[in-house]
Amino acid sequence: MRPGAELDLVGLAGGVVLAGAVLTLWRKDLRALISLLSLQGVALATLAAVLAVHGDDVSLGVVAGVVLVTKGIVIPGLLTRVVRSDPGSRETSPLVNVPASLVAAAVLVVVAYVVSGRFSALFPDAFTRLAPLGLATILVGFFVLVTRRKAVSQIVGLLLVDNGIALVAFLLTAGFPLLVELGASLDLLLVVVVLQVLTTTIRARFGHVDLDQLRELHD
Amino acid sequence: MTSGLASLAVVNPALAERAGVSALQVGIVLVGGPLLLGLMGKVRARAEGRVGAPITQGLSDLRKLFRKEAVRANPTSAVSGLAPVVLVGSAAVAAAITPLVSTLPVSAGGSDVFLVVYLLLMGSIALALGGLDAGTAFGGMGSSRAMTVGAISEPALLVGILALAVQARTSNLPGIVTASLNHPGWLASPQRVLALGALVVVVIAETGRIPVDNPSTHLELTMIHEAMILEQSGPDLALSTAGEAMRLGLLLGLVANLFFPWGVADSGSGLAVAIGVFALALKAASLAVLIALIEVSTAKLRLFRVPELLAGGFVLAVVAVTTGLVTR
Repeated sequence: MRPGAELDLVGLAGGVVLAGAVLTLWRKDLRALISLLSLQGVALATLAAVLAVHGDDVSLGVVAGVVLVTKGIVIPGLLTRVVRSDPGSRETSPLVNVPASLVAAAVLVVVAYVVSGRFSALFPDAFTRLAPLGLATILVGFFVLVTRRKAVSQIVGLLLVDNGIALVAFLLTAGFPLLVELGASLDLLLVVVVLQVLTTTIRARFGHVDLDQLRELHD
Repeated sequence: MTSGLASLAVVNPALAERAGVSALQVGIVLVGGPLLLGLMGKVRARAEGRVGAPITQGLSDLRKLFRKEAVRANPTSAVSGLAPVVLVGSAAVAAAITPLVSTLPVSAGGSDVFLVVYLLLMGSIALALGGLDAGTAFGGMGSSRAMTVGAISEPALLVGILALAVQARTSNLPGIVTASLNHPGWLASPQRVLALGALVVVVIAETGRIPVDNPSTHLELTMIHEAMILEQSGPDLALSTAGEAMRLGLLLGLVANLFFPWGVADSGSGLAVAIGVFALALKAASLAVLIALIEVSTAKLRLFRVPELLAGGFVLAVVAVTTGLVTR
């Protein structure tokens, strides 16, 4: 592979992760959000695989596999099960409307670019200069967490933050150590499983999963 | 025109060649725009199981309209007469200086991104003023809607092209096309993929195609473009229609050449220009078919949701520029 192609591929994967995060703000259909999440997982795995080939790093290759299985397949699959049990589920009334949140996303992307110049300056290389993409994904993820009401959207926001952290880690440090990545992936998986059980229980008790409605204690 | 070009050829052959390319480009956009509209109509008709009007229907309509008399309402001012002329004029100037067939149009170093986008904007504003001029409810409604859409789509167009300008390190359109011809690896670069997504949304909005506006109905609840030209007739209507078709041809040609620069001539010689014309026709037609297929497969958006779509396009463009800045 010629050297420029690796950088292009890594840049493309990073761009897909960020574009996926931005599109999350755009779409209201929860199922579309989950497929975006799955796309992000595949892009992250591709990025890790390219970096593994680039650095001749076997453990990074294993991490790429773990990322593909957890973020690309298992977690989206679990979320799909949650959504399927609640047909017609849409993020109907986010706290900030769609055009305004898209503009906010544009601002966050610019902020990420300005701020992360410091990171990249620590170790200037072609890959670390892509770090703003990851930071922007983290910020957009936090924005989703803050402004969306449905439980599933909030899980998606949490996962966006995690994808952003993984992206920054891959780009700045060529990935976590294998053990840390395994631990983090399992942790995330556990969080999603717990939230799945929780949303199912919330719906069984209250008949909806709009977290803003949960204001008072209930027997 | 021809005699002028001939005498220019004696004084300054290089400049005459460039002027010839520009004149050719204006001609192509003038004829090609309505043909592209006809092609899109045909694709839609076929996809819906109809035979559809012939591809040259747009040109026949224009000929018919030009033969008619222009009827204007009593309270209209000179704006009604001027607006269609400004629309066509600005589109023609933009077509003359944009690298469509060759990277050597007439203005040396002057065909900047900003100039071309502002020329297009001038046309939209002229059309909106023309819509307001008769003082009818529909005209004003259409103009106000067109400006709402334009206020988001024009910046998105500018920022989307700037993503490519960052990569090529020049905001000169021929410079961008030449740079992308010299670096074939750029085609798959992330900022280009994102910017292409943004510009497809912009082209759909700017030319009033289906998710944003439906050009084939006159439904007062949703129409944008048709509401502005409702009061026009005869040659005025012909000019407005031709101007809109030219803008469509220009935008499709520009997007095609910026992202897929194959076949663009880098000189004014006969063979290179012929290849350029052929390549332009092929690329613009493929984009037109793509947009027609998008039109067939989507439903018109509610007017209040159109800004969401456009804001999405704008954010994609911003993300493209940011990605371009970090991967530079």
